[in-house]
Amino acid sequence: MPFLCLFMQFMLLFSRQGKLRLQKWYVPLSDKEKKKITRELVQTVLARKPKMCSFLEWRDLKIVYKRYASLYFCCAIEDQDNELITLEIIHRYVELLDKYFGSVCELDIIFNFEKAYFILDEFLLGGEAQETSKKNVLKAIEQADLLQEVRYVIKPPWEQ
Amino acid sequence: MPAVSKGDGMRGLAVFISDIRNCKSKEAEIKRINKELANIRSKFKGDKALDGYSKKKYVCKLLFIFLLGHDIDFGHMEAVNLLSSNKYTEKQIGYLFISVLVNSNSDLIRLINNGIKNDLASRNPTFMNLALHCIANVGSREMAEAFASEIPRVLVAGDTMDSVKQSAALCLLRLNRTSPDLVPMGEWTTRVVHLLNDQHLGVVTAATSLITTLAQKNPDDFKTSVSLAVARLSRIVTSASIDLQDYTYYFVAAPWLSVKLLRLLQCYPPPEDAALRSRLTECLETILNKAQEPPKSKKVQHSNAKNAVLFEAIALIIHHDSEPTLLVRACNQLGQFLQHRETNLRYLALESMCTLASSEFSHEAVKTHMETVINALKVSLAQFGSRDVSVRQRAVDLLYAMCDRSNAKQIVAEMLSYLETADYSIREEIVLKVAILAEKYAVDYTWYVDTILNLIRIAGDYVSEEVWYRVIQIVINRDDVQGYAAKTVFEALQAPACHENLVKVGGYILGEFGNLIAGDSRSSPLVQFNLLHSKFHLCSVPTRALLLSAYIKFINLFPEVKATIQDVLRSDSQLRNADVELQQRAVEYLRLSCIASTDILATVLEEMPPFPERESSILAKLKKKKGPGKLPDMDDSRRSVNGSTDSTHSFTDVLNLNPAPSSGANLLIDVFSESSAPAAATDVSEENFPRFVCKNNGVIYENQLLQIGLKSEYRQNLGRMYVFYGNKTSTQFLSFSSSVSSSDLNVHSKAVDPVIEGGAQMQQILNIECVSDFSDAPVLNIQFRYGGALQNIAVKLPVMLNKFFQPTEMMSQDFFQRWKQLGAPQQEVQKIFKAKHPMDTEVAKAKILGFGVALLDGVDPNPANFVGAGVVHTKTTQVGCLLRLEPNMQAQMYRLTLRTSRDSVSQRLCELLSEQF
Repeated sequence: MPFLCLFMQFMLLFSRQGKLRLQKWYVPLSDKEKKKITRELVQTVLARKPKMCSFLEWRDLKIVYKRYASLYFCCAIEDQDNELITLEIIHRYVELLDKYFGSVCELDIIFNFEKAYFILDEFLLGGEAQETSKKNVLKAIEQADLLQEVRYVIKPPWEQ
Repeated sequence: MPAVSKGDGMRGLAVFISDIRNCKSKEAEIKRINKELANIRSKFKGDKALDGYSKKKYVCKLLFIFLLGHDIDFGHMEAVNLLSSNKYTEKQIGYLFISVLVNSNSDLIRLINNGIKNDLASRNPTFMNLALHCIANVGSREMAEAFASEIPRVLVAGDTMDSVKQSAALCLLRLNRTSPDLVPMGEWTTRVVHLLNDQHLGVVTAATSLITTLAQKNPDDFKTSVSLAVARLSRIVTSASIDLQDYTYYFVAAPWLSVKLLRLLQCYPPPEDAALRSRLTECLETILNKAQEPPKSKKVQHSNAKNAVLFEAIALIIHHDSEPTLLVRACNQLGQFLQHRETNLRYLALESMCTLASSEFSHEAVKTHMETVINALKVSLAQFGSRDVSVRQRAVDLLYAMCDRSNAKQIVAEMLSYLETADYSIREEIVLKVAILAEKYAVDYTWYVDTILNLIRIAGDYVSEEVWYRVIQIVINRDDVQGYAAKTVFEALQAPACHENLVKVGGYILGEFGNLIAGDSRSSPLVQFNLLHSKFHLCSVPTRALLLSAYIKFINLFPEVKATIQDVLRSDSQLRNADVELQQRAVEYLRLSCIASTDILATVLEEMPPFPERESSILAKLKKKKGPGKLPDMDDSRRSVNGSTDSTHSFTDVLNLNPAPSSGANLLIDVFSESSAPAAATDVSEENFPRFVCKNNGVIYENQLLQIGLKSEYRQNLGRMYVFYGNKTSTQFLSFSSSVSSSDLNVHSKAVDPVIEGGAQMQQILNIECVSDFSDAPVLNIQFRYGGALQNIAVKLPVMLNKFFQPTEMMSQDFFQRWKQLGAPQQEVQKIFKAKHPMDTEVAKAKILGFGVALLDGVDPNPANFVGAGVVHTKTTQVGCLLRLEPNMQAQMYRLTLRTSRDSVSQRLCELLSEQF
């Protein structure tokens, strides 16, 4: 029987110049291994031509990637996993970033990298889609933002 | 600066990031970072207590520095402190730092767990979610120990918020992955399964992932999820596209959930309940129907989401492999995609088609569409042009998977023509595939020989040794193709420039079978020789060595060219060749040709005996290239189940491409089981054991990693065995160890080096003492690590009773006197058996001698019979043995009679020897 509990192994965001902008690992790996994988993949993906297939076999994994403006979004999934739905995971994440930042650009992700991580955690957890509704994810993030602002403006009584 | 900065921006952080971005060089960046690190360190160490905001800001800077690729070795404590902050924003950064820079420092883990525990107990859903996300992100064993029993409670509690349930489900999934032993689901199972009925689709989505993982491990416990999943799926696929509100994605209803449900169903066989089954079939039909409807949107997201569900549905159909109509529809759908303009779809269609083609029962269904598929493929092969290797790789995989006897010629021709323009990176693999298919489906071997020679012609550089060895093995083992092979290689060698691999094959085949074409004056011995020799100087040393051997074979085959060849051998460039091997061959061959009589030459240079039947090493090589699981299963038994092509066996059996019937499984599986054999109990390999009864040297074991050769010598009751372990890979074997277990013999083995370098050979010496007569052979147990996987191999060592024979010469009179003395009924063992090999007198003699006894001439009144005598030496006793072998050529039978003073010895020797004829 094929191995069915498939999940995303990691997600990388990097720029056309090969600068890593976000990394999310769903499998335990050493820092050294992570750096090696990143280097290899960035090179491989950047070398591909625009009209090529968005999927490529790499080691025993499959890489699903898509370019949005200057950023490459790149996910590693298992061989048997669903490539197309992974492409749409990428797209939905881009939509979430876009909606949150209002027409997202690479700079938003550089300067607000922690937000990019928070949004990702609301959407994907443990390499699986947790909440696929755009509204629900954004609601969760906006609530958190609200908490931040409120807490900062008005200090709770026990802190005064 | 960013256009938007939501929440509370950390100005210091933004400034720092700007500074880094403005650095002109790597050095400047490092300098700026070091300055910042020093600053943060002093702040953390300083006397003044930092407020939450500053702590958060510095921790965030550290995180940023880490994400730039620099090492961070402090700040963990401050991050942990942030966890206990009651400000959400500080807590959040603390958790993020821990998730990204997890440290196995146990003190810290205890503190982190403490923070998580507080947040889980806080009943504040936002805090609970942060805590759960952290567990899911880190997923360490310590966390599993602390929380694995708590989280299921959170997951199924009635008052838990939906968003917390979602996090809890995936958090459990992650813990189950890392520490399954710590996640006891027992009492929660039913309630978890019922989450599939939850009103909140987000909860269902997260729960489906969890249930799939759990069901994979304990399918029985989660059986009830099947009906719920079907019901859920059915509601989704029949819903109007707006029903599911925000879970509708570009007009596709809940694509993620659909994919997950279809995957969950792949944990189970088709439902047995008829109603449920038909409901599922309806769902799958609906999904297939939707693929034919006009798209609701032109956006690629729409078609991707729709097709993601479709491909998963097809995967389920293939997995069930039970509904012919669905299988055919799936096949047709994939056929359509093969011609699609989207590269992604073509790639996926090729991939799915591969599974479909090798699926157990659907092969027949696929076959009916074979022509369309091949046509589609031709078109797509042409379309792909030089653009994308991965797609073409898939196309070749599919061609390989769908190949059977009916289309082999077409497919092989297709692959050969593609090979001429193929991308370098996949050429070697295509070569291997063509070689395998050509052999497997060879209807006549002339086609096979042509194909392989074409391979060498088109892609000689990519033809590995395995391929040309194999063609030689096959030609030598099949006399009906030898003449043709000789003629074909002779013609091929005429080409002004031919690949060295062709010279190798040509040299070998003409050396063996050149006589078969020597009658034609256009390929007379001299012409053949001159042709081969014209290539000599262009070849590498190994090929030249091979050619020299061909020359000496020529001397035997064609006395008329003896003088010419001797002249060549005698020339300085040969006799004084700087290469030792070449020089030695030239000297020895020349000498041999001068002093040996024609008879001796004929014996020494006799035609090669048939190769032992063995699996195709090409297959093993391809497997190694692709890795287990990547090759479509080309199981012949599948086809015979369908009663279609029994005749496919006839040829492959000769070559033993299929394994011995006793092993039951097919070869591919066998090869897999060798390569991925877990460290558990291993079957003892005794495949080659019988071959060593009458000889002492040879290869006792071989798989794609390791070859074990033996050389042994015996004197009286003592034996010494040299075991040679050859690493066939290019990777080290680590932790190599071997031991011998024997119940009857004393075997002393010398310790071996724990490392065998790639391509290297290691020798081990075994000293053996025979204590008394015995029947169980010792077993050699080998263990090593190859690429991280532990390999276990057990081989039955060919140490049999007859190895301790000393031959005894005696006269006719003595023989019959002793024969009579051993007349008690239990002392004699007789066996009448059918000949398994051609009944050749010389071969039989050699075998009896190899068995260890003296062959006594002129003893038996019938000269066709063989008579032998010897003494088995053990430490405790000596057992005399007389034997007689009577062939009956007409009946193709033998009668073997053995008399010894001990019945167990007679019995054992008879068993051993009778198997040899």
